[in-house]
Amino acid sequence: MSLIRQTLKHFARINGILAKRLLSLDNANVQNRYNNSTSTDDPSQFPGAKAPFVSNLKLIEHTDYDAIPIYRVMDSDGYISDDSQDPQLSKEVVQKMFNDMVQLNTMDKILYESQRQGRISFYMTNFGEEASHIGSAAALEMRDLIYGQYREAGVLVWRGFRIDQFIDQCYGNCDDDGRGKQMPVHYGSKELNFVTISSPLSTQMPQAVGAAYAMKLRPNNDACVVCYFGEGAASEGDAHAAFNFAATLQCPVIMFCRNNGFAISTPSHEQYKGDGIAARAHGYGMATIRVDGTDVFAVYNAMKLARKYVLRENKPVVFEAMAYRVGHHSTSDDSTAYRSADEIEVWNSKEHPLSKLKSYMVRKGWFNENDEKEFVKDVRKKVLKQINVSEKKLKPNWKEMFEGVYSEIPAHLKEQMKELESHINTHRNHYPVKNFQE
Amino acid sequence: MKKSFWPLLNTLKSRTTVPWCRSHFTYYPDKSPKEVISTGNVTEKMNMVQAINNAMDLVLAKDPTAILFGEDVGFGGVFRCSVNLRDKYGKDRVFNTPLTEQGIAGFAIGVANVGSTAIAEIQFADYIFPAFDQIVNEAAKYRYRSGGLFDCGSLTFRAPCGAVGHGALYHSQSPEAYFAHTPGLKIVVPRGPVKAKGLLLACIRDPNPCIVFEPKTLYRAAVEEVPTDDYVSELGKADILRKGKDVTLIGWGTQVHVLLEVAEIAKKEHQIDCEVIDLVSIMPWDRDTVYNSVKKTGRVIVAHEAPLTQGFGAELAASIQEKCFLHLEAPVKRVAGWDTPFPHVFETFYLPDKYRCLAAIKDLVNY
Repeated sequence: MSLIRQTLKHFARINGILAKRLLSLDNANVQNRYNNSTSTDDPSQFPGAKAPFVSNLKLIEHTDYDAIPIYRVMDSDGYISDDSQDPQLSKEVVQKMFNDMVQLNTMDKILYESQRQGRISFYMTNFGEEASHIGSAAALEMRDLIYGQYREAGVLVWRGFRIDQFIDQCYGNCDDDGRGKQMPVHYGSKELNFVTISSPLSTQMPQAVGAAYAMKLRPNNDACVVCYFGEGAASEGDAHAAFNFAATLQCPVIMFCRNNGFAISTPSHEQYKGDGIAARAHGYGMATIRVDGTDVFAVYNAMKLARKYVLRENKPVVFEAMAYRVGHHSTSDDSTAYRSADEIEVWNSKEHPLSKLKSYMVRKGWFNENDEKEFVKDVRKKVLKQINVSEKKLKPNWKEMFEGVYSEIPAHLKEQMKELESHINTHRNHYPVKNFQE
Repeated sequence: MKKSFWPLLNTLKSRTTVPWCRSHFTYYPDKSPKEVISTGNVTEKMNMVQAINNAMDLVLAKDPTAILFGEDVGFGGVFRCSVNLRDKYGKDRVFNTPLTEQGIAGFAIGVANVGSTAIAEIQFADYIFPAFDQIVNEAAKYRYRSGGLFDCGSLTFRAPCGAVGHGALYHSQSPEAYFAHTPGLKIVVPRGPVKAKGLLLACIRDPNPCIVFEPKTLYRAAVEEVPTDDYVSELGKADILRKGKDVTLIGWGTQVHVLLEVAEIAKKEHQIDCEVIDLVSIMPWDRDTVYNSVKKTGRVIVAHEAPLTQGFGAELAASIQEKCFLHLEAPVKRVAGWDTPFPHVFETFYLPDKYRCLAAIKDLVNY
């Protein structure tokens, strides 16, 4: 302790001396240079930065830069003020966008409640972020590879992941493609080019960059990688690694930040002090764009642009979709402990992506109240029916617990499997074997 | 979103599978822990969350350099262990960090470098791995590599660990063995509220970096009469919770409760007399208590949730056979999680539950 204190005092003394010296330099030389301010046309030769020399001494504050603007197409009433930005999507495409958002929203409501009843062990809703899922997914090609965080179910809905696939995964039953290994909402689909979700945050970010790099090297590559992550996840070390690799290795990847304002309880203003995630891109030497994530057309247009850019230039883009997490973080969370119900209500009504798109459709004459009611009713019926079906399905054979650890089951695991089998055989009444496939 | 779907769901037939939260153990509260006796018996009923909260409250009140931080710690933490502490001590001392475990660990080391007390929460033990470098290469080696000039002994990590019924791969792990493999760290696992408070206070005051792995399934399930005063539970000391002469059962955390139930069944149904030891402290571990017990019984089972291979049971088994070889009546037996990731729907089959432990006892006795 005393050693530390002494050392610190020593540091302080040295620092004091240094500071005095610097000040005297200031007076003698720097003043001089101010007067002979040399050129901005004399670029430095330092390997680490090519920049002009200046003689005016000044700290550059982050507030010296303007905030990156938020691109949007529709206002809160679904009104497009600049016609040139209307993506001119057909009625069918807009209807699919709306229906997919409604399906996601309806499914979330029921599955959330089903967790509350103890039917499934866990759930995470996507409320308030439907437009950023659907808008981005609609602008991509199926061959583009997706790395998600855990709140991107809408991307899967757009790509055609079926209600039975969602619910079978949540139950971890014998028809779950993930074979009952992970918690609910950890979806994945080889067919839909969607890499299986992993709970640890941000781990997918450098992985997405690596995948993009490998794809770039393939002849005639025409697919990019999209990596979704939250503004909280962007604080992890892996996020830094991903940004820097993406930039230096020039990878065709869209780093899609869903900035929904909260990492569980931690508000974004405690997560970072700079201009969100979009502003970080320039520090790494990447292009960036920030959009209104509650505006499905803004997300769509920006994503089209980003995709074209990453494939043409073989360079990454940081994409920040601003939104608000209307739901709780998960079924393990009660967000009213750290934010007001009034605040949530604004984002759940007027600013909700569904209400904006609905207003747009009404104006176009594309919205039919009855059709929507029927659609919601139909989805609800399908989801409830599927819950009933998925709940009754057996879990995979318990032996699958030992599968997939390695490409083949090694000898020591075979031995453990055998040991468990003989144990279960003598204690059958103590294990729920009847709920598992034989 | 507000509209409830409960009525709709209720029209479905009742569940065909078991409820998710079925627990694999029965909690055994401490009967008369030495901590209670040593503090003069002024106690209050607390669950493990409250006991941990109470410990941190005492430290923040007494030690003006103490700070408490981690992800979501400000509003009380996702398990509510730091609830009300920000209000009481201010947001300069109890605060949310950005979401980065390596940052939390490195920051904690810096806080401790200058002699302040750091209590750092890693939200789940499963998420401690980004901090592995800071903990293993930095915290553990600070004193050694600087010839004692610098250290970070005034830091303590808290991390919820272990099975909870539905946590799957990333909300269930017990990573104590990874850290036990690193000289320079102290590691403890409480079995209930009294121990959780005493161990946390001991760790915070110990001049070495410590990690407390808190079995999260016990947070609310475990309730005991906890001394309200300041006290410490000795680090490096195991507890004998049940005396016996036939077989020694060693565990820590939640597994202790499994073993206590197993000992009861073994006695009642098979007239086998088990001695149950809570190791409490993984590093350093209490060799005397373990060896003396094994020398007495001649048979020993080590049980833990973490996978068998390289689990801390391996270290115990190796040491026991080396020091107690001539007293052993049967090989040292380990009952552990299988060598697979922690699976979701197969948890019941994965855990070293009472049936597997009881079968092992019978094997040893009939060896």
